[in-house]
Amino acid sequence: MRETPKIRIRGLSKAFGPKRVLDQLDLDVPAGRGMVVIGGSGSGKSVLIKCILGLIEPDAGTIEIDGRNVLAMSRSDREAVNAQIGMLFQQGALFDSLPVWENVAFGLLARRMMTRRDARPRAVEILAQVGLGADVADLSPSELSGGMQKRVALARAIAARPDIMFFDEPTTGLDPIMGAIIDALIVEQVKRLGATAFSITHDMASAQRIADTVAMIHGGRIIWVGPAAAIRESGNPYVDQFVRGSSEGPIKMEVRR
Amino acid sequence: MNAVLDLLAAIGRSLFAVLSAAGAVAIFAAVALSHVVRPPFYPRLLLRQVLDIGYFSLPVVALTAVFSGMVLALQSYTGFARFSAEGAVATVVVLSITRELGPVLAGLMVAGRVGAAIAAELGTMRVTDQIDALITLSTNPMKYLVVPRIVAATLVLPMLVLVADILGVLGGFVVGVFKLDFHPGTYMARTWEYLEFQDVFSGLVKAAVFGFIIALMGCYQGYHSKGGAQGVGAATTNAVVSASILILTFNYIITELFFAR
Repeated sequence: MRETPKIRIRGLSKAFGPKRVLDQLDLDVPAGRGMVVIGGSGSGKSVLIKCILGLIEPDAGTIEIDGRNVLAMSRSDREAVNAQIGMLFQQGALFDSLPVWENVAFGLLARRMMTRRDARPRAVEILAQVGLGADVADLSPSELSGGMQKRVALARAIAARPDIMFFDEPTTGLDPIMGAIIDALIVEQVKRLGATAFSITHDMASAQRIADTVAMIHGGRIIWVGPAAAIRESGNPYVDQFVRGSSEGPIKMEVRR
Repeated sequence: MNAVLDLLAAIGRSLFAVLSAAGAVAIFAAVALSHVVRPPFYPRLLLRQVLDIGYFSLPVVALTAVFSGMVLALQSYTGFARFSAEGAVATVVVLSITRELGPVLAGLMVAGRVGAAIAAELGTMRVTDQIDALITLSTNPMKYLVVPRIVAATLVLPMLVLVADILGVLGGFVVGVFKLDFHPGTYMARTWEYLEFQDVFSGLVKAAVFGFIIALMGCYQGYHSKGGAQGVGAATTNAVVSASILILTFNYIITELFFAR
Protein backbone atom coordinates (compact mmCIF):
# COMPACT_ATOMS: atom_id res chain seq x y z
CA MET A 1 0.00 0.00 0.00
CA ARG A 2 1.35 3.45 -0.92
CA GLU A 3 2.05 5.84 1.92
CA THR A 4 -0.27 8.87 2.13
CA PRO A 5 1.65 11.96 1.02
CA LYS A 6 2.18 14.64 3.63
CA ILE A 7 0.90 17.20 1.13
CA ARG A 8 -1.30 16.20 -1.79
CA ILE A 9 -2.29 18.79 -4.38
CA ARG A 10 -4.82 18.11 -7.12
CA GLY A 11 -6.09 20.31 -9.93
CA LEU A 12 -4.79 23.52 -8.34
CA SER A 13 -5.55 26.57 -10.48
CA LYS A 14 -5.01 30.27 -9.89
CA ALA A 15 -5.31 33.17 -12.30
CA PHE A 16 -4.66 36.87 -11.79
CA GLY A 17 -6.89 38.60 -14.32
CA PRO A 18 -6.17 37.05 -17.70
CA LYS A 19 -2.85 35.55 -16.52
CA ARG A 20 -3.18 31.91 -15.56
CA VAL A 21 -0.38 31.26 -13.05
CA LEU A 22 -1.31 27.75 -11.85
CA ASP A 23 -3.14 25.48 -14.28
CA GLN A 24 -4.58 22.22 -12.91
CA LEU A 25 -1.38 21.54 -10.97
CA ASP A 26 -0.94 18.12 -9.31
CA LEU A 27 1.83 17.31 -6.81
CA ASP A 28 2.51 14.86 -3.97
CA VAL A 29 5.03 15.73 -1.26
CA PRO A 30 6.12 12.58 0.58
CA ALA A 31 6.33 12.68 4.39
CA GLY A 32 9.72 13.14 6.01
CA ARG A 33 11.47 14.04 2.76
CA GLY A 34 12.81 17.22 1.26
CA MET A 35 11.07 18.34 -1.93
CA VAL A 36 12.28 21.32 -3.92
CA VAL A 37 10.20 22.91 -6.67
CA ILE A 38 12.36 24.63 -9.26
CA GLY A 39 11.23 26.95 -12.01
CA GLY A 40 11.97 30.25 -13.67
CA SER A 41 10.92 33.67 -12.48
CA GLY A 42 7.15 34.10 -12.83
CA SER A 43 6.56 30.38 -13.21
CA GLY A 44 4.16 30.25 -10.24
CA LYS A 45 6.46 28.90 -7.50
CA SER A 46 5.64 31.63 -5.00
CA VAL A 47 1.91 31.45 -5.77
CA LEU A 48 2.05 27.67 -5.23
CA ILE A 49 3.68 27.96 -1.79
CA LYS A 50 1.31 30.80 -0.78
CA CYS A 51 -1.69 28.68 -1.81
CA ILE A 52 -0.47 25.81 0.37
CA LEU A 53 0.10 28.16 3.31
CA GLY A 54 -3.36 29.70 2.93
CA LEU A 55 -2.02 33.14 2.06
CA ILE A 56 -3.65 33.09 -1.40
CA GLU A 57 -6.99 31.50 -2.17
CA PRO A 58 -6.81 29.33 -5.29
CA ASP A 59 -9.58 29.40 -7.92
CA ALA A 60 -9.93 25.61 -8.05
CA GLY A 61 -8.40 22.38 -6.79
CA THR A 62 -7.66 20.72 -3.47
CA ILE A 63 -4.72 20.83 -1.07
CA GLU A 64 -4.58 18.03 1.49
CA ILE A 65 -2.23 18.08 4.47
CA ASP A 66 -2.16 14.74 6.29
CA GLY A 67 -5.20 13.71 4.25
CA ARG A 68 -7.37 16.74 5.19
CA ASN A 69 -8.37 19.32 2.60
CA VAL A 70 -7.12 22.58 4.10
CA LEU A 71 -9.08 24.69 1.61
CA ALA A 72 -12.38 23.45 3.07
CA MET A 73 -11.38 24.07 6.70
CA SER A 74 -12.74 26.69 9.10
CA ARG A 75 -10.35 29.49 10.10
CA SER A 76 -9.70 27.93 13.52
CA ASP A 77 -8.94 24.51 12.01
CA ARG A 78 -6.66 26.19 9.53
CA GLU A 79 -4.84 27.96 12.35
CA ALA A 80 -4.40 24.58 14.05
CA VAL A 81 -2.82 23.21 10.86
CA ASN A 82 -0.59 26.30 10.63
CA ALA A 83 0.59 25.54 14.17
CA GLN A 84 2.44 22.50 12.77
CA ILE A 85 4.03 24.52 9.99
CA GLY A 86 7.26 26.53 9.92
CA MET A 87 7.98 29.00 7.14
CA LEU A 88 11.18 30.74 6.08
CA PHE A 89 10.32 33.73 3.90
CA GLN A 90 12.51 34.90 1.04
CA GLN A 91 13.49 38.17 2.75
CA GLY A 92 13.19 36.76 6.27
CA ALA A 93 10.04 38.79 7.09
CA LEU A 94 11.28 39.42 10.63
CA PHE A 95 9.12 41.73 12.72
CA ASP A 96 11.21 44.89 12.90
CA SER A 97 9.25 46.24 15.89
CA LEU A 98 10.42 43.31 18.04
CA PRO A 99 13.90 42.30 19.25
CA VAL A 100 15.48 39.16 17.84
CA TRP A 101 14.51 36.90 20.77
CA GLU A 102 10.83 37.89 20.53
CA ASN A 103 10.91 37.18 16.80
CA VAL A 104 12.26 33.69 17.49
CA ALA A 105 9.79 33.03 20.31
CA PHE A 106 6.83 34.66 18.53
CA GLY A 107 5.10 31.38 17.62
CA LEU A 108 5.64 29.95 21.12
CA LEU A 109 4.11 33.03 22.72
CA ALA A 110 1.29 33.34 20.17
CA ARG A 111 0.24 29.72 20.73
CA ARG A 112 0.52 30.14 24.51
CA MET A 113 3.14 27.37 24.60
CA MET A 114 5.15 29.23 27.25
CA THR A 115 5.34 32.46 29.23
CA ARG A 116 7.50 35.43 28.25
CA ARG A 117 9.79 34.65 31.20
CA ASP A 118 10.47 31.13 29.86
CA ALA A 119 10.44 32.12 26.20
CA ARG A 120 13.60 34.23 26.27
CA PRO A 121 16.05 31.48 27.39
CA ARG A 122 14.33 29.08 24.95
CA ALA A 123 14.83 31.62 22.13
CA VAL A 124 18.53 31.89 23.03
CA GLU A 125 18.81 28.07 22.87
CA ILE A 126 17.21 28.03 19.41
CA LEU A 127 19.48 30.84 18.24
CA ALA A 128 22.43 28.68 19.28
CA GLN A 129 21.09 25.87 17.07
CA VAL A 130 21.44 28.15 14.03
CA GLY A 131 24.88 29.35 15.07
CA LEU A 132 23.99 32.66 16.70
CA GLY A 133 25.11 33.77 20.16
CA ALA A 134 23.04 35.16 23.00
CA ASP A 135 24.48 38.61 22.25
CA VAL A 136 22.11 39.05 19.28
CA ALA A 137 18.97 38.24 21.30
CA ASP A 138 18.24 41.83 22.26
CA LEU A 139 19.25 43.42 18.96
CA SER A 140 16.73 44.70 16.45
CA PRO A 141 16.53 42.71 13.18
CA SER A 142 17.70 45.81 11.27
CA GLU A 143 21.02 45.66 13.14
CA LEU A 144 21.82 42.23 11.65
CA SER A 145 23.48 41.31 8.34
CA GLY A 146 21.44 39.52 5.64
CA GLY A 147 22.91 36.14 6.56
CA MET A 148 22.19 36.65 10.26
CA GLN A 149 18.63 37.74 9.51
CA LYS A 150 18.15 34.55 7.52
CA ARG A 151 19.42 32.50 10.47
CA VAL A 152 17.04 34.29 12.84
CA ALA A 153 14.19 33.64 10.40
CA LEU A 154 15.19 29.96 10.33
CA ALA A 155 15.30 29.93 14.15
CA ARG A 156 11.76 31.39 14.21
CA ALA A 157 10.60 28.76 11.71
CA ILE A 158 11.92 25.82 13.77
CA ALA A 159 11.06 27.21 17.23
CA ALA A 160 7.71 25.44 17.61
CA ARG A 161 9.16 22.13 16.28
CA PRO A 162 7.00 22.02 13.13
CA ASP A 163 6.00 18.91 11.17
CA ILE A 164 6.30 20.64 7.84
CA MET A 165 8.77 23.33 6.90
CA PHE A 166 8.48 25.66 3.92
CA PHE A 167 11.39 27.55 2.44
CA ASP A 168 10.88 30.35 -0.08
CA GLU A 169 14.12 30.94 -2.01
CA PRO A 170 16.25 30.36 1.12
CA THR A 171 19.52 31.53 -0.47
CA THR A 172 18.27 34.63 -2.29
CA GLY A 173 20.39 37.70 -1.57
CA LEU A 174 23.19 35.73 0.10
CA ASP A 175 26.75 35.19 -1.10
CA PRO A 176 27.55 31.59 -2.17
CA ILE A 177 29.31 30.73 1.10
CA MET A 178 26.49 32.04 3.30
CA GLY A 179 24.01 30.33 0.96
CA ALA A 180 25.78 27.01 1.52
CA ILE A 181 25.81 27.60 5.29
CA ILE A 182 22.06 28.34 5.34
CA ASP A 183 21.39 25.23 3.23
CA ALA A 184 23.46 23.08 5.62
CA LEU A 185 21.51 24.51 8.57
CA ILE A 186 18.22 23.78 6.82
CA VAL A 187 19.21 20.16 6.14
CA GLU A 188 20.48 19.72 9.72
CA GLN A 189 17.38 21.22 11.35
CA VAL A 190 14.89 19.40 9.10
CA LYS A 191 16.67 16.12 9.84
CA ARG A 192 16.74 16.84 13.58
CA LEU A 193 12.99 17.58 13.63
CA GLY A 194 12.14 14.68 11.29
CA ALA A 195 10.05 17.18 9.34
CA THR A 196 8.83 17.28 5.76
CA ALA A 197 10.55 20.09 3.87
CA PHE A 198 9.01 21.90 0.90
CA SER A 199 11.15 24.51 -0.80
CA ILE A 200 10.97 26.65 -3.91
CA THR A 201 14.07 28.04 -5.55
CA HIS A 202 15.71 28.85 -8.84
CA ASP A 203 19.16 28.32 -7.33
CA MET A 204 20.21 24.90 -8.64
CA ALA A 205 23.19 24.56 -6.28
CA SER A 206 20.87 25.18 -3.32
CA ALA A 207 18.24 22.76 -4.72
CA GLN A 208 20.77 19.96 -4.97
CA ARG A 209 21.99 20.54 -1.43
CA ILE A 210 18.59 20.46 0.28
CA ALA A 211 16.43 18.23 -1.94
CA ASP A 212 15.67 14.54 -1.87
CA THR A 213 13.16 15.05 -4.67
CA VAL A 214 12.99 17.82 -7.25
CA ALA A 215 9.89 18.92 -9.16
CA MET A 216 9.91 21.43 -11.99
CA ILE A 217 7.07 23.88 -12.55
CA HIS A 218 6.49 25.42 -15.96
CA GLY A 219 3.39 26.93 -17.52
CA GLY A 220 1.51 26.55 -14.24
CA ARG A 221 1.99 22.77 -14.07
CA ILE A 222 4.50 20.32 -12.65
CA ILE A 223 6.25 18.97 -15.73
CA TRP A 224 8.83 16.70 -14.08
CA VAL A 225 9.38 15.02 -10.73
CA GLY A 226 12.40 12.91 -9.88
CA PRO A 227 15.19 12.24 -7.42
CA ALA A 228 17.58 15.15 -6.89
CA ALA A 229 20.50 12.94 -7.84
CA ALA A 230 18.96 12.26 -11.27
CA ILE A 231 18.19 15.83 -12.26
CA ARG A 232 21.10 16.12 -14.69
CA GLU A 233 19.88 13.00 -16.51
CA SER A 234 16.17 13.86 -16.47
CA GLY A 235 15.68 13.45 -20.20
CA ASN A 236 13.28 16.39 -20.03
CA PRO A 237 14.33 19.25 -22.33
CA TYR A 238 12.79 21.89 -20.02
CA VAL A 239 14.65 20.55 -16.97
CA ASP A 240 17.86 20.20 -18.97
CA GLN A 241 17.67 23.81 -20.14
CA PHE A 242 16.94 25.07 -16.62
CA VAL A 243 19.75 23.04 -15.05
CA ARG A 244 22.20 24.22 -17.72
CA GLY A 245 20.96 27.80 -17.36
CA SER A 246 20.88 28.12 -21.12
CA SER A 247 18.91 30.69 -23.10
CA GLU A 248 18.53 28.11 -25.89
CA GLY A 249 15.75 25.58 -25.46
CA PRO A 250 12.01 25.16 -25.12
CA ILE A 251 11.65 27.70 -22.25
CA LYS A 252 11.11 31.14 -23.72
CA MET A 253 11.35 34.00 -21.24
CA GLU A 254 9.16 37.02 -21.82
CA VAL A 255 11.63 39.69 -22.86
CA ARG A 256 10.46 42.90 -24.49
CA ARG A 257 12.91 44.62 -26.78
CA MET B 1 -23.76 62.28 -28.62
CA ASN B 2 -20.67 60.09 -28.20
CA ALA B 3 -19.00 62.76 -26.08
CA VAL B 4 -22.00 62.81 -23.72
CA LEU B 5 -21.97 59.02 -23.46
CA ASP B 6 -18.22 59.03 -22.78
CA LEU B 7 -18.75 61.63 -20.04
CA LEU B 8 -21.57 59.60 -18.46
CA ALA B 9 -19.44 56.45 -18.65
CA ALA B 10 -16.53 58.22 -16.94
CA ILE B 11 -18.84 59.52 -14.19
CA GLY B 12 -20.32 56.03 -13.78
CA ARG B 13 -16.88 54.44 -13.52
CA SER B 14 -15.78 56.96 -10.89
CA LEU B 15 -18.99 56.50 -8.91
CA PHE B 16 -18.62 52.73 -9.09
CA ALA B 17 -15.00 52.97 -7.88
CA VAL B 18 -16.01 55.19 -4.93
CA LEU B 19 -18.89 52.86 -3.94
CA SER B 20 -16.66 49.81 -4.29
CA ALA B 21 -13.97 51.40 -2.07
CA ALA B 22 -16.61 52.45 0.50
CA GLY B 23 -17.93 48.88 0.55
CA ALA B 24 -14.44 47.45 1.02
CA VAL B 25 -13.74 49.85 3.92
CA ALA B 26 -17.11 48.99 5.52
CA ILE B 27 -16.38 45.25 5.32
CA PHE B 28 -12.88 45.82 6.74
CA ALA B 29 -14.38 47.84 9.62
CA ALA B 30 -17.03 45.17 10.32
CA VAL B 31 -14.41 42.40 10.40
CA ALA B 32 -12.17 44.49 12.69
CA LEU B 33 -15.07 45.24 15.05
CA SER B 34 -16.05 41.57 15.16
CA HIS B 35 -12.54 40.81 16.44
CA VAL B 36 -12.68 43.46 19.18
CA VAL B 37 -14.83 41.26 21.40
CA ARG B 38 -13.30 37.87 20.54
CA PRO B 39 -10.12 36.53 22.20
CA PRO B 40 -7.18 36.39 22.10
CA PHE B 41 -6.64 39.97 23.31
CA TYR B 42 -3.33 41.79 23.25
CA PRO B 43 -3.34 44.22 26.22
CA ARG B 44 0.41 44.89 25.90
CA LEU B 45 -0.05 46.02 22.28
CA LEU B 46 -3.11 48.08 23.21
CA LEU B 47 -1.12 49.90 25.89
CA ARG B 48 1.68 50.61 23.44
CA GLN B 49 -0.79 52.07 20.95
CA VAL B 50 -2.40 54.19 23.68
CA LEU B 51 1.04 55.66 24.35
CA ASP B 52 1.92 56.08 20.65
CA ILE B 53 -1.39 57.59 19.61
CA GLY B 54 -2.33 59.44 22.79
CA TYR B 55 0.67 60.43 24.85
CA PHE B 56 3.00 61.23 21.96
CA SER B 57 0.31 63.29 20.18
CA LEU B 58 -0.12 65.56 23.21
CA PRO B 59 2.45 68.22 22.21
CA VAL B 60 1.10 68.75 18.70
CA VAL B 61 -2.53 68.77 19.86
CA ALA B 62 -1.72 71.09 22.78
CA LEU B 63 0.08 73.62 20.59
CA THR B 64 -2.71 73.55 18.00
CA ALA B 65 -5.35 74.11 20.69
CA VAL B 66 -3.53 76.93 22.48
CA PHE B 67 -2.88 78.94 19.32
CA SER B 68 -6.38 78.28 17.97
CA GLY B 69 -7.90 79.61 21.20
CA MET B 70 -5.61 82.66 21.10
CA VAL B 71 -6.35 83.55 17.49
CA LEU B 72 -10.06 82.93 17.99
CA ALA B 73 -10.18 85.42 20.89
CA LEU B 74 -8.31 88.00 18.84
CA GLN B 75 -10.45 87.58 15.71
CA SER B 76 -13.77 87.53 17.56
CA TYR B 77 -12.80 90.65 19.47
CA THR B 78 -11.96 92.63 16.30
CA GLY B 79 -15.19 91.42 14.67
CA PHE B 80 -17.51 91.93 17.64
CA ALA B 81 -16.05 95.36 18.48
CA ARG B 82 -17.82 96.65 15.35
CA PHE B 83 -21.15 95.81 17.01
CA SER B 84 -20.08 96.70 20.55
CA ALA B 85 -20.42 93.02 21.45
CA GLU B 86 -16.90 92.45 22.82
CA GLY B 87 -18.40 90.80 25.91
CA ALA B 88 -19.32 87.73 23.83
CA VAL B 89 -15.67 86.85 23.11
CA ALA B 90 -15.29 84.38 25.98
CA THR B 91 -18.54 82.61 25.09
CA VAL B 92 -17.62 82.36 21.40
CA VAL B 93 -14.19 80.98 22.26
CA VAL B 94 -15.45 78.27 24.61
CA LEU B 95 -18.32 77.14 22.37
CA SER B 96 -16.18 77.14 19.21
CA ILE B 97 -13.41 75.21 20.92
CA THR B 98 -15.53 72.57 22.64
CA ARG B 99 -18.02 72.01 19.83
CA GLU B 100 -15.85 72.34 16.72
CA LEU B 101 -12.25 73.42 16.82
CA GLY B 102 -11.09 71.10 19.61
CA PRO B 103 -12.27 67.84 18.03
CA VAL B 104 -11.75 68.82 14.38
CA LEU B 105 -8.28 70.31 14.73
CA ALA B 106 -7.13 67.53 17.08
CA GLY B 107 -8.59 64.98 14.65
CA LEU B 108 -6.83 66.50 11.65
CA MET B 109 -3.50 66.81 13.48
CA VAL B 110 -3.68 63.21 14.73
CA ALA B 111 -4.72 62.04 11.24
CA GLY B 112 -1.52 63.60 9.91
CA ARG B 113 0.69 62.21 12.65
CA VAL B 114 -0.84 58.86 13.54
CA GLY B 115 -2.87 57.90 10.44
CA ALA B 116 0.22 58.28 8.28
CA ALA B 117 2.38 56.32 10.74
CA ILE B 118 -0.12 53.44 10.94
CA ALA B 119 -0.44 53.22 7.15
CA ALA B 120 3.34 53.33 6.68
CA GLU B 121 3.99 50.68 9.35
CA LEU B 122 1.33 48.24 8.17
CA GLY B 123 2.16 48.96 4.52
CA THR B 124 5.81 48.11 5.10
CA MET B 125 4.78 44.97 6.98
CA ARG B 126 2.59 44.00 4.00
CA VAL B 127 5.22 44.48 1.30
CA THR B 128 7.94 42.74 3.35
CA ASP B 129 5.73 39.68 4.01
CA GLN B 130 5.54 40.38 7.77
CA ILE B 131 1.72 40.18 7.69
CA ASP B 132 1.95 36.82 5.88
CA ALA B 133 4.48 35.72 8.50
CA LEU B 134 1.95 36.49 11.25
CA ILE B 135 -0.57 34.18 9.58
CA THR B 136 1.95 31.34 9.34
CA LEU B 137 2.64 31.84 13.06
CA SER B 138 -1.07 31.23 13.87
CA THR B 139 -1.66 34.91 14.61
CA ASN B 140 -4.61 36.74 13.10
CA PRO B 141 -3.29 40.07 11.75
CA MET B 142 -6.67 41.73 12.30
CA LYS B 143 -6.49 40.94 16.01
CA TYR B 144 -2.77 41.60 16.37
CA LEU B 145 -2.36 44.72 14.23
CA VAL B 146 -5.72 46.33 13.50
CA VAL B 147 -7.79 45.89 16.69
CA PRO B 148 -5.27 47.44 19.14
CA ARG B 149 -4.85 50.50 16.91
CA ILE B 150 -8.57 51.05 16.36
CA VAL B 151 -9.48 50.55 20.04
CA ALA B 152 -6.60 52.75 21.24
CA ALA B 153 -7.39 55.60 18.83
CA THR B 154 -11.11 55.49 19.67
CA LEU B 155 -10.35 55.66 23.40
CA VAL B 156 -7.59 58.26 23.47
CA LEU B 157 -8.92 60.84 21.00
CA PRO B 158 -11.63 62.00 23.47
CA MET B 159 -8.94 62.40 26.15
CA LEU B 160 -6.78 64.41 23.74
CA VAL B 161 -9.76 66.58 22.86
CA LEU B 162 -10.52 67.19 26.52
CA VAL B 163 -6.96 68.45 26.91
CA ALA B 164 -7.36 70.51 23.71
CA ASP B 165 -10.61 72.04 25.06
CA ILE B 166 -8.94 73.13 28.28
CA LEU B 167 -5.84 74.51 26.54
CA GLY B 168 -7.87 76.22 23.81
CA VAL B 169 -9.96 78.06 26.40
CA LEU B 170 -6.76 78.89 28.27
CA GLY B 171 -5.27 80.35 25.06
CA GLY B 172 -8.35 82.54 24.65
CA PHE B 173 -8.15 83.56 28.30
CA VAL B 174 -4.49 84.60 27.99
CA VAL B 175 -5.20 86.82 24.96
CA GLY B 176 -8.45 88.12 26.50
CA VAL B 177 -6.85 89.10 29.79
CA PHE B 178 -3.32 90.14 28.84
CA LYS B 179 -3.93 91.68 25.41
CA LEU B 180 -7.59 92.71 25.29
CA ASP B 181 -7.75 93.86 28.92
CA PHE B 182 -10.70 91.73 30.03
CA HIS B 183 -11.04 91.24 33.76
CA PRO B 184 -9.99 87.63 34.53
CA GLY B 185 -13.02 86.96 36.72
CA THR B 186 -15.44 88.39 34.18
CA TYR B 187 -13.83 86.44 31.34
CA MET B 188 -14.11 83.15 33.27
CA ALA B 189 -17.69 83.92 34.32
CA ARG B 190 -18.63 84.55 30.66
CA THR B 191 -16.86 81.30 29.71
CA TRP B 192 -18.98 79.23 32.11
CA GLU B 193 -22.22 81.17 31.67
CA TYR B 194 -23.41 79.68 28.41
CA LEU B 195 -21.40 76.43 28.38
CA GLU B 196 -23.59 73.32 28.58
CA PHE B 197 -22.75 69.68 29.11
CA GLN B 198 -23.90 68.88 25.59
CA ASP B 199 -21.28 71.25 24.11
CA VAL B 200 -18.42 69.29 25.64
CA PHE B 201 -20.10 65.89 25.23
CA SER B 202 -20.75 66.38 21.50
CA GLY B 203 -17.08 67.24 21.04
CA LEU B 204 -16.00 64.08 22.84
CA VAL B 205 -18.38 61.93 20.77
CA LYS B 206 -16.91 63.52 17.65
CA ALA B 207 -13.41 62.77 18.96
CA ALA B 208 -14.21 59.07 19.48
CA VAL B 209 -15.63 58.82 15.94
CA PHE B 210 -12.62 60.68 14.49
CA GLY B 211 -10.23 58.38 16.38
CA PHE B 212 -11.99 55.35 14.92
CA ILE B 213 -11.85 56.87 11.42
CA ILE B 214 -8.14 57.76 11.67
CA ALA B 215 -7.08 54.28 12.80
CA LEU B 216 -9.48 52.54 10.41
CA MET B 217 -8.22 54.41 7.34
CA GLY B 218 -4.57 54.01 8.39
CA CYS B 219 -5.01 50.27 8.94
CA TYR B 220 -7.12 49.76 5.79
CA GLN B 221 -4.72 51.60 3.49
CA GLY B 222 -1.62 50.01 5.04
CA TYR B 223 -3.10 46.51 5.14
CA HIS B 224 -3.94 46.63 1.43
CA SER B 225 -0.85 48.41 0.19
CA LYS B 226 1.19 46.79 -2.56
CA GLY B 227 4.00 47.54 -4.96
CA GLY B 228 6.94 48.26 -2.66
CA ALA B 229 8.03 51.69 -1.47
CA GLN B 230 5.79 53.53 -3.93
CA GLY B 231 2.78 51.56 -2.75
CA VAL B 232 3.55 52.32 0.89
CA GLY B 233 3.89 56.02 0.03
CA ALA B 234 0.53 55.99 -1.77
CA ALA B 235 -1.10 54.18 1.18
CA THR B 236 0.23 56.82 3.58
CA THR B 237 -1.09 59.69 1.47
CA ASN B 238 -4.46 57.98 0.95
CA ALA B 239 -4.79 57.29 4.68
CA VAL B 240 -4.31 60.96 5.63
CA VAL B 241 -6.45 62.36 2.81
CA SER B 242 -9.35 59.91 3.26
CA ALA B 243 -9.31 60.27 7.06
CA SER B 244 -9.30 64.09 6.79
CA ILE B 245 -12.24 64.11 4.36
CA LEU B 246 -14.19 61.64 6.50
CA ILE B 247 -13.48 63.69 9.64
CA LEU B 248 -14.95 66.81 8.02
CA THR B 249 -17.93 64.85 6.67
CA PHE B 250 -18.73 63.15 9.97
CA ASN B 251 -18.19 66.43 11.81
CA TYR B 252 -21.15 67.88 9.91
CA ILE B 253 -23.27 64.75 10.40
CA ILE B 254 -22.66 64.62 14.17
CA THR B 255 -23.23 68.38 14.53
CA GLU B 256 -26.53 67.92 12.70
CA LEU B 257 -27.50 65.08 15.04
CA PHE B 258 -26.70 67.06 18.18
CA PHE B 259 -27.70 70.59 17.39
CA ALA B 260 -30.20 70.62 14.49
CA ARG B 261 -33.43 72.31 15.52
